[in-house]
Amino acid sequence: MTMSVPLVEVEDLSVNFVTRESDVRAVNGVNFTMMPGEVMCMLGESGSGKSVTMRALMRLLPPKRSVIRGRIRIAGQDVQAMGDAALRRMRGGTVSMIFQEPMTAFDPVVRVGDQIAEVVAQHRGVSRREGRRRALDLFELVRIPSPERRLDAYPHELSGGLRQRAMIALALSCEPKLLLADEPTTALDATVQIQVLILLRKLQQELGMSVIFVTHDLGVAAEIADRVAIMYAGRVVETGSVRDVLKAPLHPYTSGLLASTVHDQPRDRELETIPGAPPDMRNLPPGCSFAPRCPQAAGDCQLAVPPPVSPSPGRVARCLRVAGAQPLMEFA
Amino acid sequence: MSFATSPIWPPADPRDRGGPQQPLLMVRGLQKHFAIRNGVLGRVAAHVRAVDGVSFTVHKGETLGIVGESGCGKSTLARLLMRLIVPDAGEQIFDGDAVGVQGGISVKDLRRQAQMVFQDSSSSLNPRMPVQGSVAFGPMAFGMPKADATALARELLTKVGLNPALFGGRYPHELSGGQKQRVNIARALALKPRMVILDEAVSALDKSVEAQVLNLLQVLKRELSLTYVFISHDLGVVRWISDRVMVMYLGEVVEIGPADALYAAPKHPYTQALLASRPSMDPDRRREEAPVSGDPPNPVNPPPGCRFHTRCPHAERVCSARAPVLGDAAAGAHLAACHIQNPASGHSLAGRPVLPALH
Amino acid sequence: MSTTVSNAPPTGNAAMAAPRQRGYWGTVGYRLRYDPVTLFFGAVLLSVILAAVFASWIAPADPYQESIIRRLKGPGYMGHILGTDELGRDMLSRLLYGGRLTLLMGMVPVVIATLIGGGLGVVAGFAGGIVNTLIMRTMDVFYAFPSVLLAVAISGAMGGGVTNGMIALTLVFIPPLCRVAETATTQVRNLDFVDAARATGAPLRLVLWHHVLGNVLGPVLIYASSLISVGIILASGLSFLGLGVKPPEPDWGLMLNALRQAIYVNPLIAALPGIAIFITSVSLNMVSDGLRSAMDVRS
Repeated sequence: MTMSVPLVEVEDLSVNFVTRESDVRAVNGVNFTMMPGEVMCMLGESGSGKSVTMRALMRLLPPKRSVIRGRIRIAGQDVQAMGDAALRRMRGGTVSMIFQEPMTAFDPVVRVGDQIAEVVAQHRGVSRREGRRRALDLFELVRIPSPERRLDAYPHELSGGLRQRAMIALALSCEPKLLLADEPTTALDATVQIQVLILLRKLQQELGMSVIFVTHDLGVAAEIADRVAIMYAGRVVETGSVRDVLKAPLHPYTSGLLASTVHDQPRDRELETIPGAPPDMRNLPPGCSFAPRCPQAAGDCQLAVPPPVSPSPGRVARCLRVAGAQPLMEFA
Repeated sequence: MSFATSPIWPPADPRDRGGPQQPLLMVRGLQKHFAIRNGVLGRVAAHVRAVDGVSFTVHKGETLGIVGESGCGKSTLARLLMRLIVPDAGEQIFDGDAVGVQGGISVKDLRRQAQMVFQDSSSSLNPRMPVQGSVAFGPMAFGMPKADATALARELLTKVGLNPALFGGRYPHELSGGQKQRVNIARALALKPRMVILDEAVSALDKSVEAQVLNLLQVLKRELSLTYVFISHDLGVVRWISDRVMVMYLGEVVEIGPADALYAAPKHPYTQALLASRPSMDPDRRREEAPVSGDPPNPVNPPPGCRFHTRCPHAERVCSARAPVLGDAAAGAHLAACHIQNPASGHSLAGRPVLPALH
Repeated sequence: MSTTVSNAPPTGNAAMAAPRQRGYWGTVGYRLRYDPVTLFFGAVLLSVILAAVFASWIAPADPYQESIIRRLKGPGYMGHILGTDELGRDMLSRLLYGGRLTLLMGMVPVVIATLIGGGLGVVAGFAGGIVNTLIMRTMDVFYAFPSVLLAVAISGAMGGGVTNGMIALTLVFIPPLCRVAETATTQVRNLDFVDAARATGAPLRLVLWHHVLGNVLGPVLIYASSLISVGIILASGLSFLGLGVKPPEPDWGLMLNALRQAIYVNPLIAALPGIAIFITSVSLNMVSDGLRSAMDVRS
């Protein structure tokens, strides 16, 4: 595996959901590249376009109602141009996905072990017996205690944490190069969430796969990400290494988000907030989408969408107020 | 400004009976078991021990935070306190009056003085009612003329930061999550309660909106001399808003104490594990090892003895043999239901003032 | 302290921001006014009802006047706009008069059954427990019989006639309406806003009236409206067996049965009562569907 070839390249991705009454601009020009073995967190609030971006990567958006523009390349292949067979090979082959609610990933009336064995058997063309053996390996890999017994359980018989582990095992069954994780720990209890985060981190290191991890939780990003992309109103407003972004945010939205996250602030002082609410995605303002809520906004912010600027290597922000910034020709 | 440190009580509330020293709410041995029935005949197969002998006190003007994971009984407790569910056992004393017994106060009177804010969800507001109608419903039910109730509702919407001319006539689906939660708060305030129970009131909100609503809650508490019971799974939020914090596990109280003391030096290993499970917020200090393994057990058949012993790093024989007791929660005391805290329990770590660190 | 600053309306969202002070039913009415399909079928339904009510003024001829020589003539024959039936009676007049009994037999049982069955269902759904078991198990007993058989048995036991026929149909319709209402109520009962309403200390009847009924009414109404056409058909079946309307009273169901034989002689005439039933029931379904979507203010 050469480290110089990007695994994922997304160029100017935009997604519109078109209905009779409205045109929701869910994603508006997202660019990023990911190297093999990298963990990237897409951080944003509800409606920021993070989950839509992820589903566009898997081509899981409803084809009739969504208009997708831009270019997505995964492992050198153009996702938009794939036929059905290539798409099937990509899903569950090169790319796997895990969700917030594991019950949706399993058939409720089939034992989890059989389901994983079947997926393995189908994708690899091996026997069911071999698939079952592989399922046991996977359960051991995701550290499920007494794995043999758990293979024979039905999904509802597993606790929340074990179900999440089982879904991770299912996602890993075909050794994906890229794992897409859509808020996989959000519904879990605190003591279980940290277990799953640590597991995902260890698995990522052991298997060398790339992970795109969608979350709204800064703490989760701090635990797992190499790099973060902060999304707001369908755009990536800031990217950089998790350390840089969390410790010295460039974009006013990132600073606002960090300041308003409740985490050991003095109890006798009011919390800092970002005033207002996110914009209506049917009717985005012409300039910077964050300008109406931004403490640093000035007249020029409302003229056009700010171009990406890079004040230091590896860091990019879309904000006119970032000091000493060099305009970027290409959003890396 | 300071609104969380010194307790403020209603200066001249005619409904205040016992004075500032009388706790606003005392709960003793509250219990609710839900029967699981199966088969055609509806035989009781097992009991979910949702709330199992919970006792605590809420003082006038304070905020009591209640934390715990799913299945710990915190939401059932909230509904029990409002008598939306009838408890199996235990007593509830509101400002010196026992609730729902002869010579005490009726459930109806309790509900005029205590209100509840539900989690923002698609079902927290009637989808077929303009939001000001939802706010005006309570006062109208108590006989206020419709015009007055609507005027009150609009005043309350203003108070929670919503322009009634703009939002009053809207339906819930036309509002964002934060706006709906403001309406839920306005609805709870419509009967001028003295106590508000907030059940995961900010949990479904985005972080930037959550902070707005939390600030609003603190302003309202001060202006209206309210007492809060704040239930959440978010330890950070509970710490910020609460004067005292109560930790629940599988239907029982495992620890209660002043917020700062409890967060700085937890006395129960479960509290310690919960606190240590929070993501670090610092990529340079990531958690390498999970504080405890496994999920919380099913509340249908909780483990014998101390219910945490199946996951506790300090568990010994005594823990599965005998259930530790919390002790009597005198005002402000920091207590934990753990054998380590009881020098006479026979636990090898008993009497140690500080719990050994987890990992 | 800037807690009130944060509610500037989303920019460029003028339609949402327009102040609108309408009650729930005001909104439903407002939405119905902009629904041409529902308005059209509402108008059709209204004309059918008005035509039946004012039959004695509108009808061109006596619906009982028979004629041996003018039997089963097509539309337009000698001033009979819709022709004549198997006894030479004016078809249009009989359809107009027939609407009276037919609509009565179709609607009254459904309305009464909606009130009784719906009421029982809401009580069963809201109360739960032993009350629910008692009510719903009783309904299950009635459910066990096919509805036609039950209607025939009841009106047979009570003796024929329009009133007894309607009582029989009412009894037949109570169980299904009860079940629909019970299911809808059970779903609504456990929602947070109902708990919030109970937590205000409001009396139960107010909680039911303001928070439960509005959300149960939709499914019950749509189901009830579909039962009206079933009611018309069942009523005609009763009439056919001599248990409902008795000849020579005009009734669409009875006319349909009587004209059965004429299908080879003049199929158009034979179809007319059926067309009348069809138009009425389609209009009913469309109107209730429109009403339901207008009542669903979320969409």
